[in-house]
Amino acid sequence: MNYDYMLVRLGELTIKGRNRGKFELLMLNKIKQALTPYEKLAYEQSFGRVYIRLNGEDAEAVANALKDVFGIGSFSPAQRAENELGAIRAAALAVMDAHKPVPATFKMTVRRAWKAFPHDSQEMNHLVGAHVLRNTPALKVDIRNPDVELKVDIQPQGTFVYCTVVPGAGGFPLGMNGKAMLLLSGGIDSPVAGWMAMRKGLEIEAIHFHSYPFTSEQATEKVVSLTQRLAHYGGRIKLHLVPFTELQTRLAQSKQDHLIITLMRRSMLRIAEKLAEKRGALALVTGDSLGQVASQTLGSMNVIGRDVRLPLLRPLVMMDKQEIIRYAERIGTYETSILPYEDCCTLFVPKSPATNPNLRVVEGVERELGDELDRLIDEAVAGTELVVMTAEGREGKRSAVEDSWF
Amino acid sequence: MNPLYFDHCASTPPLASVVRTVSELMTLHYANSGALHRSGAEALKLVERARTVVANALGARPGEVVFTSGGTESNNLALKGTVAKSRKASKHIVTTAIEHASVFACAQQLEAAGVRATYLPVDERGIVSVRDVEAAIADDTALVSVMHVNNETGAIQPIEEIGRLLEGYPQVRFHVDGVQAIGKMPVRWREWGVDLYAASAHKFQGPKGVGFLLVREGVELDPLLIGGGQEDGLRSGTHNLPGIVAGAQALRLAVESTEARRERMYALRRRLIGHLRDIPELHLNGSESETASAPQVVNVSYPGMRPEVIVHMLEQHGVLVSTQSACSSKSLKPSRVLLAMGMDAHRASGSIRISFGDEHGTDEIDALAERLKTAVAKLKPLERT
Repeated sequence: MNYDYMLVRLGELTIKGRNRGKFELLMLNKIKQALTPYEKLAYEQSFGRVYIRLNGEDAEAVANALKDVFGIGSFSPAQRAENELGAIRAAALAVMDAHKPVPATFKMTVRRAWKAFPHDSQEMNHLVGAHVLRNTPALKVDIRNPDVELKVDIQPQGTFVYCTVVPGAGGFPLGMNGKAMLLLSGGIDSPVAGWMAMRKGLEIEAIHFHSYPFTSEQATEKVVSLTQRLAHYGGRIKLHLVPFTELQTRLAQSKQDHLIITLMRRSMLRIAEKLAEKRGALALVTGDSLGQVASQTLGSMNVIGRDVRLPLLRPLVMMDKQEIIRYAERIGTYETSILPYEDCCTLFVPKSPATNPNLRVVEGVERELGDELDRLIDEAVAGTELVVMTAEGREGKRSAVEDSWF
Repeated sequence: MNPLYFDHCASTPPLASVVRTVSELMTLHYANSGALHRSGAEALKLVERARTVVANALGARPGEVVFTSGGTESNNLALKGTVAKSRKASKHIVTTAIEHASVFACAQQLEAAGVRATYLPVDERGIVSVRDVEAAIADDTALVSVMHVNNETGAIQPIEEIGRLLEGYPQVRFHVDGVQAIGKMPVRWREWGVDLYAASAHKFQGPKGVGFLLVREGVELDPLLIGGGQEDGLRSGTHNLPGIVAGAQALRLAVESTEARRERMYALRRRLIGHLRDIPELHLNGSESETASAPQVVNVSYPGMRPEVIVHMLEQHGVLVSTQSACSSKSLKPSRVLLAMGMDAHRASGSIRISFGDEHGTDEIDALAERLKTAVAKLKPLERT
């Protein structure tokens, strides 16, 4: 079957009132960006939809690229017909004939958005449905539970006939809802949290804390790979690599073993907040999931997040580990996340970390450190290294010498 | 007189950029890609970048590329790895009578270990029939292994059709030895339903000692080599970094230029076959048709003449070719491949393989034809019937 159109339905943003025009334009840009390799495509936009004329490009390849674009509700490969009964009937029959596996039952749905068309949707249901039935011997109608729902959509610019509706990624076009900083460890959860944030239209910049030489170069590379995968969805993602060694070893010497994670996390959030301020981000996103580990109990969350003034977004907070893993597999981060390199959060982990840390004790330890803590935090921020990742790899960092080897 | 190298199916002259890359990487990146330090991490990063380059060139995911030491290892891994992994007590594999020795010998070794093997016949063009593949499949068949392009005759096998047939047999894995096909024709292995596709870098102007096996996601293999767990446990052994990177480069260049090379080489092949009409002593083996034969190889027989005599005589006239395949050149037995095509031992014993590459043009083909004529004229009085 040579489909000649891809009919794209925009997701949640169709419900927005006043700014819809702006949002639809952003959405169109995001779709065009994702489909850049397919040069022959032509785009038409109308109320809550984008019609992509394929002009010979492969429908399957285009569909594959569309399924990861945020803000798309669903899409359908479609056959366009002139607004004329004979042409519509022929297109309907062609679409049904091409459907695999061969359906036993079907149902017709006609939508007449262009009211000047001479037959109304009831008549068209009958006129087109009867034609398909006459020409497909074994096919029967089943209104309740059809194998295939054949849809005929009569628009001013032509009639679109299709029978598959592929669910899109949903959400909002990337960047529509502002920017946030993502705390990215090497684990399973934080990349999923980042993907969910992006799906909700947040542009993200990632922050990773490393404790070289306690953590290895490979642990950092793993985060670079995860960011690269997220850039498949986000186009281009900045990764801030924060040197955490000094701060972490200082906190480890404060003789409060069971509170070390709590203290580290508080410092990480302070650093993240400072980076957010520099980068103009309005929230912090973490991969916390309630009760998963000691630092993610409600008691820990309360103490760790107490000093943060920016909204602390935790997309995974109410999800089960298995659900998170399913998402990680779906978005292609799981395999990298389970590589065995130790990150700084698993370093110096006490045998029994506090699950219910005492806020006053924690604040006491930090007060004792006094100016030194502020200095170490400022140094960590100042020493932060920026890496820009695209889906293809590290931007700019590669040398011409290295490129010449490939 | 410059020697004319017409033995590209045996090995190709590496590209200058490949030689430079191998040399630079040996100088700059000698650290072990498994080491923890920064130099090790950099080496590993280069391996992974090479993997992405290979994946992109062949429409694979990076995780589907397993680097090996070449075609022989890739084929061994595919056959033995699949059979070892399949759990059924009795096992069966289907292959052809014309496979490269690295597949054929594996099948025989598996047979000695109790696996049944079916060797499918070919027609006079050297092509296997899809119907025969279907008829050979049994309930316990674990693997079908059919080469993409035959290394002696250039016969193209119906990979796409076999792949379509095997859609109906999800328990059967499909392995394709693609060593002679890469860079000479499109390789849409995923679209064709191929599970395992083997390649070797020195056949497309890369370095020797490196190749890869494409392993479709979800297909499980037992490793041949175990140890340090490199290549996701499928192929232990320190990465051959210079080979892997330079091989990936050669692959990218070969795939990008496939269309242009095909056209050029088919034109050269037509020209050579035209010249051969003037040398009645030489008989073309396989099909002249371009849908049935790869562009880079022409196989001829001189019945009644021992092939090594022809090879040496041609060498005296500055032309380098092989008898049969390079791997079996030294054996005096008739070619297994030509016998399978229905030729008598007489003709199957006297075959030479002429295979060309990017450095050849019409001048070289004309010079080759002249030297063939001279050699044949000298040998003519020595013919034995």
